[in-house]
Amino acid sequence: MEETKHVLSIVCDDHSGVLLRIISLFSRRGYSIESISAGSTESPDIYRITIVTTGTKDAIIQISNQLQKVHEVREVNVLRQSDAVLREHVLICAGTNEETCASLIQVANLFHAKIVSVNQQSLVLELTGEPRKIDAFIQLMKPYGIKRMMRSGLSALERD
Amino acid sequence: MKLNGSEIVMECLLEQGVDTVFGYPGGAVLNLYDALYQYQDRIRHVLTAHEQGASHAADGYARSTGKVGVVIATSGPGATNLVTGLATANMDSIPVVAITGNVGCASLGLDSFQEVDITGVTMPITKHNYIVKDVEELADTIREAFVIAKSGRPGPVLIDIPKDVSGAVCEFTKKPAEKVSNYAASFAPEDLNEALTLLQNAKKPYIYTGGGLIASNASQVLRRFVDLMDAPVSSSLMGLGGFDNKDERFIGMLGMHGTVASSHAVTECDCFIGIGTRFSDRVIGDVKSFAPNAKMIQIEIDQAEINKNIRVDCRLVGDARYVLDALCSKLPQQSHPDWMAQIKAWQNEAPAMMEKPSADAVTPKEVLETLAELGGDDLLISTEVGQHQMWTAQFFPFTHPRQLITSGGLGTMGFGLGASIGTQVANPDKRVVNVAGDGSFHMNCNELVTLSKYQIPVIELLMNNNVLGMVRQWQRLFYDKRFSQTTLDRNVDYLALASAYHIDAYRIEKASDIRPVLEEALKTKRPVLIECCIDRDINVLPMIPPGGALDHPITKLAIDD
Repeated sequence: MEETKHVLSIVCDDHSGVLLRIISLFSRRGYSIESISAGSTESPDIYRITIVTTGTKDAIIQISNQLQKVHEVREVNVLRQSDAVLREHVLICAGTNEETCASLIQVANLFHAKIVSVNQQSLVLELTGEPRKIDAFIQLMKPYGIKRMMRSGLSALERD
Repeated sequence: MKLNGSEIVMECLLEQGVDTVFGYPGGAVLNLYDALYQYQDRIRHVLTAHEQGASHAADGYARSTGKVGVVIATSGPGATNLVTGLATANMDSIPVVAITGNVGCASLGLDSFQEVDITGVTMPITKHNYIVKDVEELADTIREAFVIAKSGRPGPVLIDIPKDVSGAVCEFTKKPAEKVSNYAASFAPEDLNEALTLLQNAKKPYIYTGGGLIASNASQVLRRFVDLMDAPVSSSLMGLGGFDNKDERFIGMLGMHGTVASSHAVTECDCFIGIGTRFSDRVIGDVKSFAPNAKMIQIEIDQAEINKNIRVDCRLVGDARYVLDALCSKLPQQSHPDWMAQIKAWQNEAPAMMEKPSADAVTPKEVLETLAELGGDDLLISTEVGQHQMWTAQFFPFTHPRQLITSGGLGTMGFGLGASIGTQVANPDKRVVNVAGDGSFHMNCNELVTLSKYQIPVIELLMNNNVLGMVRQWQRLFYDKRFSQTTLDRNVDYLALASAYHIDAYRIEKASDIRPVLEEALKTKRPVLIECCIDRDINVLPMIPPGGALDHPITKLAIDD
């Protein structure tokens, strides 16, 4: 069976150690974590975790079943792109000089990326979007010289 | 009423109906032991020689009664000594609650004396665990721990209590224990109908039971189901006793050391019904050739066990007793005389055998069969792990659930003696025999002192072959007889060792000793050690090589081969 990328959205109690419990499950059962993002929700005692993992369809069912056995986990959903909003965030510190500055800003504008910090040697750019858009942006930034970069994990929310 | 954390622990244990705990004191649990002193008329504490022994005792208590076993240990090394016991209980889905002390909250994370992050350590080997940093949350945490340990697929839960929390005072209100009933299922009516169709279409049905059958107390309804299906029954190690092994439909264990009849039948069957099972690799061998012609039905409470190791055609997720009740209420009587005759023929073709090195030699088979004859159903049997464990599973006819107490999934050498203590304490009207090998015996023989101190009348039946027999057997078969580090020859005088603990001891050196020694041991009401001197080259047969096809068992291996 073919291995593909899947997005898991996990809703759980906001207890200390719950993230460790979930990561430990992935680690000991040999499931991959391509990205993980976690944070608070509309309710103070609920925490939402988005994990991108790779596996066959059966493997994803298995992962989902194992996750549901974690005491604090309330809900596990395997998200489909059509039913969910998937977003990622990236910060890029790109090198710049007088020659390249204008075209760099042009690329940033094309993507509606924000310039959040400027000095003579570099710019820090910020972009939020679908993973594909982030990929494309990074590709186009490469020629300018990416000094440092931080890409957030995917965060996702089901549509109604 | 105002109580301190330790008194709250005691009150919560009483709420849950706990009357016995196993453990070992230490600095971080001084408060708890002070409360145990105060509650000693209501909670019996059994002091073991080592926390590992206590963890296995709590496990044995739980396995033999179905109740939650409780173990208490101090912080740091006390807590880490529970690790093997918790992992053992976790692999076999045994309800245990472990209570550990820890350093005070202010000292946590500072590498304080005897500090270990035991919740971090035990996260992968418990069903759930807690550290309680606020005494106000202690009572409800303990209550929840018991619910988690018992509900669904059972398992061990650890509660870590820092020393200041066990000493802090707060208001406590008694609550009745939450009743946990697993008698439920989550399958759709179509699934049940599909299973019923498969069962009625089956010409060669095969029923296989695992530990889940024991956990759900489903033996009685299994009996009815088996009669309705007119099918043979096999079992995993964990399922032994769930169906009367003396019944003519019982065809023995399935898997690596299963019977030949069982292996043939599973390969031939057209409908495989797995009840309360996770399809361990020790059972299925080669996945591709496992029950190749069969429609697979799995009855299992843990959804995550469906399609994990074996793909099934029909799943019934739920408590085994509930599902079997549902099936039995709708299943008409089936009849498979030809199939049952074929099964009988396979059984007669290859009965369970054991090579005898010489006419007067002591064989484990004869020891175990004589033990069963003399003690029968009144015996509870615990085992260590290795050849003796498999021989016990093969040659002792278990007739009722919870009669066999053995470490299946984790295969914990050193499990048996501690487990036998918990089993005997929980079942004073029965007699517990711990079947051991000399390798396993030396792992935790410190617990002989516990037998002696409390006069717990366990019979320690030691199969002494002076080698690590099971590993030796694999070295013989797969490593060209290079017996690396498995020849023990430790020259121990076991009778003198027992005598140091004031434990009666006997030695069985020849076949004619077996009966009189066992009779003598069963007569006493004191702990007894029996050393059986057996040949080091007796093998456990039949054997399916790891990952091998079930229909190609090794059935013959000469003793000196």
